[in-house]
This record gives sequence, C-alpha cells and structure tokens, in this order.
Amino acid sequence: MTAPLLEMTDLRIEFTDADGNRAEALRGVDLSVDSGEVLGIVGESGSGKSIAMMAFLQLLPRGARVTGSAKFRGEELIGMSSARIRKIRGKAIGCIFQDPLSAFNPVLRLGDQIAEAILLHDRSMSRRTALKEVERLFELVAIPQPAKRIRQYPHEFSGGMRQRAMIAMALANRPELVIADEPTTALDVTVQAQILDLLGDLRKELGIGLVMITHDLGVVAGIADRIAVMYGGRIVERGPTDPLFYNTAHPYTAGLIGAVPTLDGTGALRQIEGTPPSIFNRPPGCSFAPRCTVAQPVCHQTDPALRVTGATDSACHFPLTTVTPEVAE
Amino acid sequence: MTDASQPAAQIAPRRTPGPIARTMRRLPLTAKIGAAILLMWLITVVTVQLWPLADPLQMVGRRLQPPSMDHWLGTDALGRDVFSRTLHGAVWSIPIAIVVVACAVAIGSFLGAISGFFGGWWDTIIMRLVDVTVAFPPILLAMAVAAMLGPGLANASIAMVIVWWPIYARLMRAQVLEVREREHVEAAVAGGAPPLRVLRVHVLPLCWTPTLINATMDFGQVVLLAASLSFIGLGATPPSPEWGSMISEGATRFYNWWIAFGPGMAILTVVLATSFLGDGLRDLFDRRSQ
Repeated sequence: MTAPLLEMTDLRIEFTDADGNRAEALRGVDLSVDSGEVLGIVGESGSGKSIAMMAFLQLLPRGARVTGSAKFRGEELIGMSSARIRKIRGKAIGCIFQDPLSAFNPVLRLGDQIAEAILLHDRSMSRRTALKEVERLFELVAIPQPAKRIRQYPHEFSGGMRQRAMIAMALANRPELVIADEPTTALDVTVQAQILDLLGDLRKELGIGLVMITHDLGVVAGIADRIAVMYGGRIVERGPTDPLFYNTAHPYTAGLIGAVPTLDGTGALRQIEGTPPSIFNRPPGCSFAPRCTVAQPVCHQTDPALRVTGATDSACHFPLTTVTPEVAE
Repeated sequence: MTDASQPAAQIAPRRTPGPIARTMRRLPLTAKIGAAILLMWLITVVTVQLWPLADPLQMVGRRLQPPSMDHWLGTDALGRDVFSRTLHGAVWSIPIAIVVVACAVAIGSFLGAISGFFGGWWDTIIMRLVDVTVAFPPILLAMAVAAMLGPGLANASIAMVIVWWPIYARLMRAQVLEVREREHVEAAVAGGAPPLRVLRVHVLPLCWTPTLINATMDFGQVVLLAASLSFIGLGATPPSPEWGSMISEGATRFYNWWIAFGPGMAILTVVLATSFLGDGLRDLFDRRSQ
C-alpha cells in the first residue's frame, strides 16, 4: 500500500502566553487522508480542529510550538523551511476559508486576485493566460457568466457565489489536497447544500483529497468518507462515516448526534450540558468526563487512549458499543 | 421598479462619474471651497509666469506705496510690487510643500509599514527613532536641523521632512497592524505568497486612507512651517519672493501694513483650504471619527 497523501502522527501544539502559562492546544493527533478521500473533522470551537491544519501549513502565530510529524506525500512539513512551505501552500495544498467575504482582498477584482494566486506558482504564465484559466475555474465551480464575473470585485458577488470563487481559488493550482475550514458556516442552508454538492463533485472529478473542518455533523454526514471527532485537543472518535453515526462509541459523539435536529423530530433536542474545559486548566482524566453522562471515577483520573472499539476507534473507558447501545439506535 | 412604458432612453443608465468626481460631489461645502482655493493656487503656480504682472524682483515703482490701481497691494521697501511678489511666492511655497509632504509620506509610510508588518527588531528600532524625533517640538527641531545645514530652501525642506516623517510612520504602522490581521491576508499567506508580496498587494492598498487625509491637512502646515523658517532667516534667502521672508520684511514696518498683508493672506488661504479639504475627506472616509 502506498503512503497516504497526508499523515499526521502525534501532532502537538503548545502555546505560552505572556505570563508564561503553557497551554496545549493539540495533544497528540493521528490522522491521515488519502487522495480522492473526504475526511471530516468535527468539533466544538476550541477543540483544536482548525489549528491542527494551520499547524502543518505553518500558519500559526510565532508563540506556538509544534511537535510531532505531519507528512505530505512522504515529505515532513513540520520544521520545513519557509521558502519550501510557500511552494506547497496554495500549490499542492489549497485552502477554503469560512467567511468568503473577508477572505478576499476587497480592493482587487476577483479575476486578478485568483490570477495572482496562479502566477505566484507559475512565473512563466502570462497574465492573460492566467485570467483565461480563472475563467475556466469559474466555469468548473458553476459561476455563470465567468467572463463578466472575473472583472467584478468581491462585494459584487452574493455569499454563495463568493464561496464558489473561494473554491475556485483553492483549486487554482490543481492541488492534491484541499482543506476546507468551515466552508459553509457563513452560508444559508440551501446554498450550503449547493456548495457541499459542488465540493463532492469536484472531489470525484479531480481526485483530490479533501479535509472538511466543521462544527456541524450534518455537514459532513453526506460527503465524508471518514470522520474524526475532536474534543479538548484530541481525537475522541475516528472511523468511517456510517459506523460513526450508527455504531457510535464515544458518549461525546453520541451527544453531538443527539443535538442534531431531525425532520420528524417532535421531541426536544438533547444538549450536552456544560462547556468545554479551558485549555489552561484541563482536567487530569478524560477531558469530556466532567460533562459525560456515563462517566465513572476512573474517567476523572486517567485519560483513555485512542483504541479500536467496535467499528470505530475511540478514546473512552466505557465505549457505548460495549456498554449501552441505546443512543446508537 | 422600472415602468415598462418608459422610453428606453430614460431607462438606460447614465454615464457614471469616475471615483474622483463622485468623491468630490459628496464632499461638504467647506471642503469644496477648500478644494477650489487649492486648485486656484495650483493654477497660479503653473501659469504665473504668463500673467501680465510686474517683475517680482525689480523695482517697479516708488518705495512703500500703499495699494493703488497700479500696484494692487502696494510696493515694498525696495519698490517691488507686493501683489506680483505674493503670486510668485506660490511658485516657491506650494511646490516645496508638495515635495516635503510627498517625501515625508514616502519615508514615513515605508518605515511604518516595515515596522508594523514585520514587527520584532524592525519595529523596536524604527519606533524608538520615531519617539526620539517627536520628543522635540517640531519648530525647534526644524530650526536646529536647518541651522545646522545652513540657510536655503533646500535645507529647510530637508529639515521639514525630518520633522514630519514620524507622523506618517506611526499612522502607517497602526493601519498595517490592523489590516495584517484580516482574513484575506491569512488567505494570501495560505496561498503561498511571500511576505513582501503580501505586504505590497494585500496589506498596503488598504492602508492609505488615514495617510491621505493627514497629508492633505499637513500640506497647509508645511506651508506655514516653511514660511516660519524663512521668517527667521533659515529658509529662502533674499531676494526670492518667499511668503515667510516677505512677512519678515513687513514685520519691521508696521504702518506699511500691505507689505505683510499679501503673503499673510496667501498663507491663511492655503492653510484654511487644506484644513477644510482634509476635514471633509476625513468625514467621508474615516468612519471612526464620526
């Protein structure tokens, strides 16, 4: 078997604040993405889902200390020289940001802006050819009237069109991996569905690996091949999409699934009580234990390792697959 | 809502005015007056040689004549026409103000942008240099530098640039600090853009508003400071018709008020006009001050 497109092993991020307090934002994450595969990363704010991606692209602020390994096509990204990583950013790895309005330079026409991204990595191309290429990309992401649209500014686009343009920019240099950080959060539900369909289609057409970061399980349910659920800077459950939903092992995942509204649902939405722990003051045991409904004394003392529990891997002393299957009906 | 029965000619969009014309139209009245006065002065600078005016450097009448039809603002102690000298003075004062402001903006913005964007040692060194410079009262520092370099308008200009650049360095630094945290800058970095390119393409174009407003306002202040330096003999040397040195000549002859009146009014109108225009521009562009 060939090596995965992206492989993170024991990735850790530590911040030190002005008072010298140390905080671990990421505590040993193992993940991999293959070409043509969609990996969903799900978690609350502060669970470390975005920061993990920013870490290996070296986009973190200076105070962050990153350890562990992240290999892209077998090449180590952690500690890579800034000149070398610049050749990978935007070229082999494209990024889609959450808010497509603030992620575009407001004073540049979209065509020029995306052409700029192409020319950065291909000096031999002329500006005119680059603009033609942008037109082709706009067609690819189904923006109507591309020839007219490339001459417009970001504020002249609607939210959905802007996100399409963002995807076009991420795809501009034919990347092998695309990281989408909450790509649909700023959009309303119907547009959200269109964008998800588009991403799914593009993945099949272009055979790219796609990492989809979101706080909404519903977003990744339809598109992801595998899902990793993060909590408190760790992966708490990881596995193929279907088992993760139907044979849920970790109580946190079960809680997230319970909090998704259903179409026929007449009952009240269940919520997970409490708030995530502060990263400066993590509980000694499992970080989810204080909020967990099935926590035992041991959960507050030792942090469980990620291990195979049924069809998925989970980090729980008492995985639901072996104790109570009631949530996973 | 467009009425379908309307003739096509009326529905067709009118030619939209360019951004400068649109900005001018939205300016408050005072700012429009300011812009008009400045425009008049600029026209004067360019065309004054062609006007049927008395030679500003030659004796053209009797000494110390009060205003009359022949000499609209009278004559000075050497029998030169004050009106002609005032208008010719613009050829000195206004280009110098433009050059000084342009240099101060260029140097200050460049250093401020480096300071704000790269931070660290660059920031420390440049900002301490700024602190040291602004610690002196502007006119004192300008006098000291001009006195050190010797009199003359070129040296006075250098002195004024030294006094003025730190303001622009601070303005630009503050603006860069804010803009570089925006998401499109992160997006550009994630797209593989090297730092200098990020600064040039994605940060700087969004940083010019406060600098532009301030430069407009400072224009008048530079005219004033240039005149002040000439007034105390550190700027223009006689017999150049410079406003400051003309006022200085008039200051000793208080009863021949017209000698200082011409250049005085010239300075007044330029400073007021730039203040009006700067205020108006700030009302338009700087949302925070409202």
